[in-house]
Amino acid sequence: MTAAEPLLVATDLRKTYGRTPALDGAELTVRAGEVVAVMGPSGSGKSTLLHCLAGIVTPDSGEVRYRGRQLSAMSDGERSALRRTDFGFVFQFGQLVPELTCLENVAMPMRLAGRRRKDAEALAATWLDRLEVADIAGQRPGEVSGGQGQRVAVARALVGDPRVVFADEPTGALDSLNGERVMRLLTEAAHDTGAAVVLVTHEPRVAAYSDREIVVRDGKSRDMERVS
Amino acid sequence: MSIGHTLLGLLESGPRHGYDLKRAFDERFGHDRPLAYGQVYSTMARLLKNGLVEVDGIEPGGGPERKRYAITDAGVTDVEQWLAQPEKPEPYLQTTLYAKVVLALLTGRPAADLLDTQRAEHLRLMRELTRRKSGGDLTDQLICDHALFHLEADLRWLELTAARLDQLAAEVTR
Repeated sequence: MTAAEPLLVATDLRKTYGRTPALDGAELTVRAGEVVAVMGPSGSGKSTLLHCLAGIVTPDSGEVRYRGRQLSAMSDGERSALRRTDFGFVFQFGQLVPELTCLENVAMPMRLAGRRRKDAEALAATWLDRLEVADIAGQRPGEVSGGQGQRVAVARALVGDPRVVFADEPTGALDSLNGERVMRLLTEAAHDTGAAVVLVTHEPRVAAYSDREIVVRDGKSRDMERVS
Repeated sequence: MSIGHTLLGLLESGPRHGYDLKRAFDERFGHDRPLAYGQVYSTMARLLKNGLVEVDGIEPGGGPERKRYAITDAGVTDVEQWLAQPEKPEPYLQTTLYAKVVLALLTGRPAADLLDTQRAEHLRLMRELTRRKSGGDLTDQLICDHALFHLEADLRWLELTAARLDQLAAEVTR
């Protein structure tokens, strides 16, 4: 697979919750190594689009292909395995296990994948260092600041060397300075590892860390590279 | 930016030649627009005439004489007053963008496309500034942040206007 070849391709996605349409023909292509910002007003369907791309939500119609394979044709087990091995996730908050230390949280995806504790924690420690939070490795999420917690979450998303990182409002609960630090570290780490990032945000300054932008309005997507 | 006040402020730390002043200005404030020599010398001539600086010494050389300028007490007072005076906030009430949107609606052109084209252009510049900020020092970061916050405000206005376009169309074409 070359760098220019699409990793993820979503075509004509439609999804309705009850009688409320969330997606109405949305499309998106993500290539290896690029950071794509998905923007749009609240309720426009951008989070639903991200969930469809990640195989968390199945669209009513349309398809999502990951490296040529249609997600909806996979079994639940295959999709779960894909999310564990190829995808990483960063959410606004609430993603770290409160009973575990920050180091154990970052090591967890590798422990679930069967890695030995010592190896998993050694790798987790290098990622905490990379995200500039090595000093809080032994603390629990409730004992660290919001900005530190998000950097731990980014470390956890990247520790398994994913091909795609899905970030849904990753800086939504942070002040400007901490938000920027999270974005700088996330995009730098993704560029270094070659991971693509699908970044849902309503903040233009966060979207400015992307390589290109998709705007979702009323469930329809618009590729902003094509407007001018 | 008031060039005169900025040069005066730079002189407070000690006398300098015109060339040194220009270099100090460019290093700190002239990232995109370095000062022209002519502008430095005409500004210093004005400050001299107004008694805000004085000639501290003249060095003869092969070319033109090099004057060294020093700030006067009146100059220090002037800088102090300038720093204490808040800048007038500019509300940008009559923007070109607003005029373009209204004219597009009045003439039946696609106003939504106009807003999206502008949005893409704004985000392009925001990306450029974000990249520049990432590789820059604290001075670069602060200057880029100032520009980024203003561009973000514009971009939010573009979003809001896009969301209210039907309403605006009904009003302007009534």
